[in-house]
Amino acid sequence: MATAAAHQAAGTEPDEAGSPAARSAEQEAAAAHQAVFDAAVAADERIEPRDWMPDAYRASLVRQIAQHAHSEIIGMQPEANWITRAPSLRRKAILMAKVQDEAGHGLYLYSAAETLGTGRDELLDKLHSGRQKYSSIFNYPTLTWADVGAIGWLVDGAAITNQVPLCRCSYGPYARAMVRVCKEESFHQRQGYESLLALSRGTQAQHDMAQDAVDRWWWPSLMMFGPPDDESSHSEQSMTWKIKRHSNDELRQRFVDICVPQAESLGLTLPDPDLVWNESRGHHDFGPIDWTEFWDVLKGNGPCNEQRITQRKRAHDEGAWVRDAAAAYAAKHGKATA
Amino acid sequence: MTTAADAPALPALPLGDDALVLSHRLGEWAGHAPVLEEEVALANIALDLLGQARILLSLAGDEDELAYLREERAFQNLQLVEQPNGDFAHTIARQLYFSTYQSLLYGQLATGEGELAPLAAKAVKEVAYHQDHAEQWTLRLGDGTPESHARAQRGLDALWRFTGEMFQPVAGVDVDWEAMRASWTSSVTAVVERATLTVPSGPQTGAWAAGAGRQGLHTESFGRMLAEMQHLHRSHPGASW
Repeated sequence: MATAAAHQAAGTEPDEAGSPAARSAEQEAAAAHQAVFDAAVAADERIEPRDWMPDAYRASLVRQIAQHAHSEIIGMQPEANWITRAPSLRRKAILMAKVQDEAGHGLYLYSAAETLGTGRDELLDKLHSGRQKYSSIFNYPTLTWADVGAIGWLVDGAAITNQVPLCRCSYGPYARAMVRVCKEESFHQRQGYESLLALSRGTQAQHDMAQDAVDRWWWPSLMMFGPPDDESSHSEQSMTWKIKRHSNDELRQRFVDICVPQAESLGLTLPDPDLVWNESRGHHDFGPIDWTEFWDVLKGNGPCNEQRITQRKRAHDEGAWVRDAAAAYAAKHGKATA
Repeated sequence: MTTAADAPALPALPLGDDALVLSHRLGEWAGHAPVLEEEVALANIALDLLGQARILLSLAGDEDELAYLREERAFQNLQLVEQPNGDFAHTIARQLYFSTYQSLLYGQLATGEGELAPLAAKAVKEVAYHQDHAEQWTLRLGDGTPESHARAQRGLDALWRFTGEMFQPVAGVDVDWEAMRASWTSSVTAVVERATLTVPSGPQTGAWAAGAGRQGLHTESFGRMLAEMQHLHRSHPGASW
C-alpha cells in the first residue's frame, strides 16, 4: 500500500517498476517521501492514513494498536468474572458500564488499526492463533471482589500512565483514539480507587480483602510497562518515530511515584520492602521485578493464558452462525448490518 | 420464610424484579457475545434494565436488601426473564417477547398519573431501543441462514409457554391487560412473520398457572442464579461496598 501510494505521488506507474530507469526513479521518490515523513515527525505533525509512511512504521503501529485492541477485549474477562457477583447494585452497574466501555475501546482501536490497511477479522485471527499478543496483566485471575477495585486503581492507572503520552503519538488515528480512551479510563481508575477505599475503610474482612488484592496486583502492574529499557527490542525505533514518548523505565518510575501517596491515603501497603523515597533522585527506589515471571507469562505460561484465549475463541466460534446470519440477511436485503 | 404472598402489594416490586433478573442474565453474556458490537449492545441493555430495577426497587424499599437478601420464593419476576440465556437466538427471543411487553406496559404507565409514571416516561425511550434491537436480530436470524432460521424458531418455541404470565394483572398497575395482550400478540406476530418464522401455537402457560412467577413460584435454574448473585453480599452481613 505504501509503495502504491509512493508511485502515485511520484507520478510513476507500478508496471514500469521493472526497468532500471523506473527503479532509480522509484528510489528517488522513496527517498523524497522518507524526507517528508521524517520532517513531519520531527515537527510533531501527525501522520494520517493517506500519507506515505515507511513500511516498518506501518508494521510497528499495526502490531502495537492490535495488541492494544486485543488487550481491551481480553481485559473484559477478568472483570466480567465478577459482574454476576458484584455485592451491590451500584457496584454492579459501575462494573457493567466499565466492561461495556472496554468493548467500545476495542472497537475504536480496531478501527484505528484498519486505517493502516488491515482488517478486524485478520487481527482477531492473529489473536486467536497466538500470532499477536495482549497485555500480560490479563493472564492473572480475579479471585475476590477486591481484585475488581485493584484492577481499576493499579491496572487502569498503569494503562493511563502508558496511554496519556500516546495522545501525542505521531500517528493521528491512534492519537485521537487515545484521547477518547484516556478520558474513560481515568473515570474507571477513580471508581476503582473509590471502591478500594470503601473496602479499606469497611470491616476488617473487607480491609484484608483489599490488601490481599493489592499484594497480588502490584508487581504484575509494574510489569505492564514492559521489559527494562536495555531489553526492550522495539523501544528505540518507536521513540525515534514518536510513537512512543518515554521509555518503559521512565513510565514505570512515574507510576510508582504516583501510587505511593495514593496507597497511603487508601490505608493500604504496597508489597515491596525495598520501596523508599530517594531524596537525591527525587523518586522512589523500588525492589527488583521478577522478570522470569514476566517472560513466562508473556510466553503463554501465566495462570490464565490458556483460559483467556480459549474463552475468546469459544465466543468467536460459537458466534460464527450469528455473523453468518447477519451477512446473509444483509446480502438479501442490501444493507449493512452488524 | 418471606414469600411473595407475604410481601406488600407494591407494583414497583414485580416490575423491578423483572428488570433486575433480566439484567443479570444479560450480564452473563459479557465476554461471550458473537461480535464486539453485541458486547456493547447487550451490556447497554443490561445496564438500562439495572437502572430501571434500582429505581423501582428503591420505590419498594432498600434496593440492596431487596436484591440480595430475599430468597427465591419472595421474588415476583416473570419466569420468562429468569430463563437461562441459551444460544444467541434464545436470548433474542426472550428479548423480543419481553421488550415488546415492557414497551407496551411502560407506554401505558407513562401516560398515567401513578407513582410509576415518571420512571415509565424515562424507561420507555430505553425500551424502544431494546425492542428495536430484538426485532432487528429476529429479522436477521429468521431470514438469515437455514441454521439461524432453525435456531430462531427453536428460541421462540421454547419460550412461548412463558409468555402468558405477562398478561396476568399486577396488583396496583392500572392498565388494560387484555388490550395489552392483543397489542403484544399483533406486534410480535408482525415481526416473527416478517422474519419468515412461525408464531408458536402451543399453550402460553407451563405446568404452573400463568402468573406463577408473580407469586414467587419459579423455575429451578432461578435458585442457582440467586445463589451466585447474592453470595458475596450475604457473606458480609451489614457491610457497605
